[in-house]
Amino acid sequence: MSDDIKVDKVFDLKGLPCPMPVVKVSKGIKEVEIGQVIEAQSTDPGSLTDIPAWARTSGNEILKTEQDDDVIKFYIKRNT
Amino acid sequence: MDVRNIENQFTEFKSQLSALEKKTPEDKLSMVVFSGDLDKIIAAFVIATGAVAMGLDAVMFFTFWGTPVLRNAKKNVGGKDTFGKMFGAMLPKGMGQVKLSKMNMGGMGTAMMKSLMKKKNVASLEEFLAMAEDLGVRIFICEMSMDLMGFKREEMIDYKNLTFCGVAKFLEEAANSKVQLFI
Repeated sequence: MSDDIKVDKVFDLKGLPCPMPVVKVSKGIKEVEIGQVIEAQSTDPGSLTDIPAWARTSGNEILKTEQDDDVIKFYIKRNT
Repeated sequence: MDVRNIENQFTEFKSQLSALEKKTPEDKLSMVVFSGDLDKIIAAFVIATGAVAMGLDAVMFFTFWGTPVLRNAKKNVGGKDTFGKMFGAMLPKGMGQVKLSKMNMGGMGTAMMKSLMKKKNVASLEEFLAMAEDLGVRIFICEMSMDLMGFKREEMIDYKNLTFCGVAKFLEEAANSKVQLFI
């Protein structure tokens, strides 16, 4: 977990291939309030382009992207 | 310029705006699923479910070789003519019998692909269908294909948003969709 970002809900999407990361994130973001932050953990390299594309389209904001070893962590703030 | 003139212009502007609104495509994806191959159907479902995640409504119009894929393997109906029986026997009965378009190798390739998909956590066709239903993907089945191949409504899948229709219904959806695909 990132030091400076308060995460309200974590989604473990490790091992899930396309299209599951965006499907789960788009559903999961609705489980928090507007302004709250989710952390999505993915091992799908495609999600590095897919999650930002989803965020731009849906109007939500990626605060930070972290990558260590195979796991990519997205910190996403719900804006809509 | 007097007030009435401005009012007239405003009314005209409003009617032009509503005419424009009618012509503006919706956030929607309309897809023709013509193929009955495992690989192509998977691609269709990946795109349809992904579309919903991207904030689009998704419509899948199953026609021709795509039609038998939506048969329910457990449902049997009688009263078919010779051609109906023939098509019924030769075409896949539901998602479990769908084969790869390439490298099928008498079923070996398809079996290998399925086990590989499982290993890599790729959803099966059955799982994709359940996910699509859950996400609100609408499925249309072409009546003409059904009639041609002798399929009856009673033998098709149970699905929440299922409509039997013709090409006009699909085109109504496609005409105001931002994305249209043929698979």
